[in-house]
Amino acid sequence: MKVVVAVKRVIDPNVKVRVKADQTGVETANVKMAMNPFDEIAVEEAIRMREAGTAEEIVAVSIGAKHVQETIRTALAMGADRGIHVSTDEDVQPLAAAKLLKAVVEKEQPQVVILGKQAVDDDAGQTGQMLAGLLGWSQATFASKIVLGSGDAEITREVDGGLETIKVSLPVVVTTDLRLNEPRYASLPNIMKAKKKPIEETTPADLGVDAAPRLKLVKVVEPPKRKAGVKVESVAELVDKLKNEAKVI
Amino acid sequence: MSVLVIAEHDDAELKPATLNTVTVARALGGEIHVLVVGEGCGGVAEAAAKIDGVAKVLVADAPEYAHRLAENVANLVVGLADGYSHILAPHTTSGKNILPRAAALLDIQPVSDITAVISEDTFERPIYAGNGVATVQSTDTKKLITVRTTAFEPAAADGGPATVEQVAGTGDAGLSSFVRADTSKSERPELTSAKIIISGGRGMASGENFDMLERVADKLGAAVGASRAAVDAGFVPNDYQVGQTGKIVAPDLYIAVGLSGAIQHLAGMKDSKVIVAINKDEEAPIFQVADYGIVGDLFDVVPQLEAELDKQG
Repeated sequence: MKVVVAVKRVIDPNVKVRVKADQTGVETANVKMAMNPFDEIAVEEAIRMREAGTAEEIVAVSIGAKHVQETIRTALAMGADRGIHVSTDEDVQPLAAAKLLKAVVEKEQPQVVILGKQAVDDDAGQTGQMLAGLLGWSQATFASKIVLGSGDAEITREVDGGLETIKVSLPVVVTTDLRLNEPRYASLPNIMKAKKKPIEETTPADLGVDAAPRLKLVKVVEPPKRKAGVKVESVAELVDKLKNEAKVI
Repeated sequence: MSVLVIAEHDDAELKPATLNTVTVARALGGEIHVLVVGEGCGGVAEAAAKIDGVAKVLVADAPEYAHRLAENVANLVVGLADGYSHILAPHTTSGKNILPRAAALLDIQPVSDITAVISEDTFERPIYAGNGVATVQSTDTKKLITVRTTAFEPAAADGGPATVEQVAGTGDAGLSSFVRADTSKSERPELTSAKIIISGGRGMASGENFDMLERVADKLGAAVGASRAAVDAGFVPNDYQVGQTGKIVAPDLYIAVGLSGAIQHLAGMKDSKVIVAINKDEEAPIFQVADYGIVGDLFDVVPQLEAELDKQG
């Protein structure tokens, strides 16, 4: 069985993001980049499937300019077998990403596609569901546990009320939630080995996909700032202020 | 122009998130219809018909819609889409599961998690864990949107009676089935609609220690939440998590106990009206957003808080 994982290059989630003064976006020049954390979980899950003997090959796909190959290399260093780089300098929105991934999936014919439940840059949380819809496949979003059977899978999902378990037929698109696993760090020998693993390059045109954006970004501004308040000396003072000053209890 | 709102419910009751989503529909203008999808959801449809401003309730009550599996519900939404300029759902795990799938089938790029309506095609939404607010304009003919419910007031739940119309099911896509739910049972209010929330972080040190927060919560009629660190450590279940990738809350009062205030946590609660921080580290970032802070050991402060609430009544 083959597994395809989609990985996105984003600003490192530990970096404080700054809005550009001209309101056209956020500062990305000289900012540390990383693999989207939910995609790391996706790669890890695929590797565990291979270690368990259910998956034979793992293909990591990323969409974007030349530097997304670094993110593919990270996936290869973690343990993915080969990479596919869909090369474009355009802003790729979730619908376009889903269409590009659909074209890749139709070529690769995996039984399982795993994506992060959201990317921590645009926080849209759409691509997995859209890919499943376009393929006409089952979907299991926000997964915290995957048990693969033959021809189907039982997947536990993190939902607002707690956990929900569903059974899906294969092939399936899964999106990862935080508790699915704890991703491994790539070891130095594996980082060296990853340099020799193949990355195939393709383009939206090769894949026959119109990836033009549908949402126009009008502007990006900073959110209103909260002011730090006061430190109180005692619990009695706190309760008094909540009652008589803030009037919230 | 008319707007379809996908109702949030569990077949037993209509969830408040629906009311906030109707408010967005009202801001857009046009006739508002509410879609109630489920199995045995007639009572929910009646409740939805009472929401102020709603003209019609569409009920799709069929076995294939039990537990609102995304594949079946998306097909239903696609079938109904023709009559609407906008289709809205709350940005809940159910709305997030269904709406993008339906959008893809309609060849539409949806807009997630909106916090303001600028015009019928232009919306504000947070990006980068709320460190930026993007204004985006949709160029699609139809707009499919999920709504950050805490950013909008709820519509009145007791307006005029709307007409209720049954819609035919679209059948079972045969792709997935429900196995079981492990839901947290609690007498306390739901996190996303609670007026007061008390949340614990890694500093709580164990799940048992959350009992302290629960006792305070019960005195205040509050919900109990947690940071990602507390959930990852197994202190409390996943549905307690407040933050960028968990639940977004904006109560009147948010009490943060033993949590440092990582950007990802702040993204989920910084729109609360009043924030209280209790932390022994006076440098903790949570104090930068807190209206009132107490620097101290939570194991001293929280029991004192419980006692003081008793005393001051």
